[in-house]
Amino acid sequence: MTAAVTFRSVSRHFGAVKAVDSVDLAIAEGEFFAMLGPSGSGKTTCLRLIAGFEQPDGGEISILGQSANGIPPWKRNVNTVFQDYALFPHMTILDNVAYGLMVRGVDKTTRHKAAEEALDLVKLGGYGARRTGQLSGGQRQRVALARALVNKPSVLLLDEPLGALDLKLREAMQEELKGLQKRLGITFVLVTHDQGEALSMADRVAVFNEGRIVQSGAPEDIYNRPRTRFVADFVGSSNILSPSLSESLSGGRRWTSLRPEAFTLEPGDSRLSLTGTIEASSFMGAVRRIALKVGDNTIHANLPAGATLPAEGTPLTLHFAPDALNPLEDAA
Amino acid sequence: MRSDKHNNAPFPLKLAATGGLLFLHLPLLLIFAYAFTTEDKSFQWPPPGFTTRWLAVTWARPDVWQALTLSLQVASIATAFALVLGTLCAAALSRARFFGQEAITLLVILPIALPGIVTGIALRSAFGMMQIPFSFWTIVLGHATFCIVVVYNNAVARFRRMSPSLVEASYDLGANGFQTFRHVILPNIGTALLAGGMLAFALSFDEVIVTTFTAGQQQTLPIWMLEELIRPHERPVTNVVAMAVVLVTLIPILGAYYLTRDGAETAGSGK
Amino acid sequence: MTASLAPQSSAQDSLASRFSAALWRSPRLLLLLLLAPPLLWLGVVYVGSLIALLAQSFFSFDDFTAQVTYELTLSTYAELFSPANFDIIKRTVTMAALVTIASAILAFPIAYYAARYAKGRWKAFFYLGVMLPLWSSYLVKIYAWKMILSKEGIVSWTADKLHLSWLLDAWLSLPVVGGNSLSVSATGTFLVFVYIWLPYMILPIQASLERVPANLIEASYDLGGGPSKTFRHVLLPLAMPGVAAGSIFTFSLTLGDYIIPGIIGTSRLFIGQAVYTQQGTAGNIPLAAAFSVVPVVIMAFYLWGAKKQGAFDAL
Repeated sequence: MTAAVTFRSVSRHFGAVKAVDSVDLAIAEGEFFAMLGPSGSGKTTCLRLIAGFEQPDGGEISILGQSANGIPPWKRNVNTVFQDYALFPHMTILDNVAYGLMVRGVDKTTRHKAAEEALDLVKLGGYGARRTGQLSGGQRQRVALARALVNKPSVLLLDEPLGALDLKLREAMQEELKGLQKRLGITFVLVTHDQGEALSMADRVAVFNEGRIVQSGAPEDIYNRPRTRFVADFVGSSNILSPSLSESLSGGRRWTSLRPEAFTLEPGDSRLSLTGTIEASSFMGAVRRIALKVGDNTIHANLPAGATLPAEGTPLTLHFAPDALNPLEDAA
Repeated sequence: MRSDKHNNAPFPLKLAATGGLLFLHLPLLLIFAYAFTTEDKSFQWPPPGFTTRWLAVTWARPDVWQALTLSLQVASIATAFALVLGTLCAAALSRARFFGQEAITLLVILPIALPGIVTGIALRSAFGMMQIPFSFWTIVLGHATFCIVVVYNNAVARFRRMSPSLVEASYDLGANGFQTFRHVILPNIGTALLAGGMLAFALSFDEVIVTTFTAGQQQTLPIWMLEELIRPHERPVTNVVAMAVVLVTLIPILGAYYLTRDGAETAGSGK
Repeated sequence: MTASLAPQSSAQDSLASRFSAALWRSPRLLLLLLLAPPLLWLGVVYVGSLIALLAQSFFSFDDFTAQVTYELTLSTYAELFSPANFDIIKRTVTMAALVTIASAILAFPIAYYAARYAKGRWKAFFYLGVMLPLWSSYLVKIYAWKMILSKEGIVSWTADKLHLSWLLDAWLSLPVVGGNSLSVSATGTFLVFVYIWLPYMILPIQASLERVPANLIEASYDLGGGPSKTFRHVLLPLAMPGVAAGSIFTFSLTLGDYIIPGIIGTSRLFIGQAVYTQQGTAGNIPLAAAFSVVPVVIMAFYLWGAKKQGAFDAL
């Protein structure tokens, strides 16, 4: 099977800034792929390189096995949902959705019918006659989606598509997008800085930092087995244990990450333990988060919200399974 | 109390502002009064009588019509040149960042930043050196030079308000550069271009300083008026022409204002 | 699925499509194509003419043969400093300065009212109220003032009705500012200059005042600054960039104008008129060129100073 998108040591520089620095990447056909990273990490530039809004300074990009170098965006079977939606303000919703077909010379009846169907797909049937100004943010987002999907792209690019929506709507759209992707079988490439969004929607996640992919894999792998301190810290929250502390816990003399939810109050068979003083304790709804002072380190732990805890300032021992210790690749 | 301070201007301020506006408008209104006076030798106030006779006399004057026709032709063609050149400049300068950009911006503004007489005499001596005879086209060339900036100002403001992702979205959906220009860029900057074009037209229609240097024997309407101001032949005819000019220039100004009123107030700023 | 990157490519691979692909591949080429026509026009035709003009000012003019001597010399510039010519420059600069100050004083209340108090419809009314006179025909405006200032015109009539004719006559009998009637006096020239350039002062001041947040003024009131103190210490400094921007127009336009003083004023020349007569009737192109360099140089210094005042942000 050909990969939907491949990057072979692709670079893009803006002056002295290496926005994308020799990136290798392979996105399988039909995959929901997420590019995750802080702003300025190069993920958006990668997306724009796939769309053709940017051209690589080095390396090769292939789309469906064919080299995309030198191919302008209008000749790529790739469509984009823009962060600001980029709906054409001078057209109706229907004309917006039908735009891709119109410039391809599809006749009016056919393209309007296809556009109606695409609007139905995103649950906006009957909105075609409206103007973009008459829609809510969530509705515009759906129009942008329909406008891209109506062209039957091989790859759909989504640039922070949910960033402008409020929390409830965002969660609903996450599920809907994932359902849509499964149903249509199109390759989705999602760019986001929200790790929750990436983990919950994608089949595979690539974590970007400073123009490079620092780790890629299934969401579970990324979350449970971060390879560097950056990934451990950026994806979820982690306790980063210094080499000396890790060694004292029989984890080997190297940087190690340990998720806050790995801890329990009950000792069990072959479990390791940490003892320290409770520095702070706060109720978070589903869990109670405590900060434990262990020597010079502060360890965070998420405990069941109903757990009975001693008062702040008193000592406490926490237990965790040995395999919760995740050794990192950073130099000790 | 606080809100009172906010909404009601102090009386002296109101008086000064109203006085200022009256100062700006009364002289123009006076033009209308004089167009109907029976006095034909002096600017006697108040006018001794009312007559519409001079409207007919002016209407029958071939020299007025010739000057008017020439002015309209010059303004149309100069505006067309300015529209093309100003829009190209705005498209290039609105987004890209490149070396020499500031110099190009300065270059566009220069023809109105420098006194008109400098532009005029520079063009005149250049024509003289290259032995280009004065003609309709030398007038157009001069006018287009200072009209570019008006179109540029309006277009660049609209380009900057337009989200760059609109053009990318069009490319993304399969439209090449020309299709994108026709279906996305032009509809979005159209009203700004129309406004800029109208103002360029008004500017050219009214221009006199550069024209005195670049026109040969031809008389544009302002040149005709200037002649009458220096050596009056028939004062009442000049009065009527002056009124007509005020009325005619009103149209593009109001048009440009209504086309650009929501959003950036670029229409006329910096004539 | 057939791996096709561009399902429509063969059908639509027109010249336009291939050309725009080439432009996409090379944004520099696109920029070059966009800029080439305006740069050829402005950079070659216009700047070329300006340079040619500048070059002329370094030649000299032989008064006896009435011919231009094509030898590089600074003698033409030296001629500028002859008492008669230097008087022209001093007169013009003084007039430009006075016109600028008067315009600023008249413009401020209009701009302030429009920026702070006018809302909605009134705002539009004020805006058009400034724009219409700005864009109305320059010559018609001058013509209107010729009517107003003439001996039998509305000013004399008003003075007569108010029994103030003695005041008008007294003013006109003064040296320098006076004359036979207002339309042939320096006072008249000054009035017309102020009238014609006033809108250019109002707009930038209004723009800079609109950028002053209303709560800044409230904060000043709140801190015990009365209206006059607030005006002096808060509003005026914040409006200064606007005044500076407006003064660029009023100053520059006055420096270069030759029509207004020719129609309404005395026989004493201004720079613009000197340029016009030197190149026209006298045929002394070098001196005309040197004269026209004067406002350019003055404006270059002026702009340099105005830039320091932040005037360009208010344009």
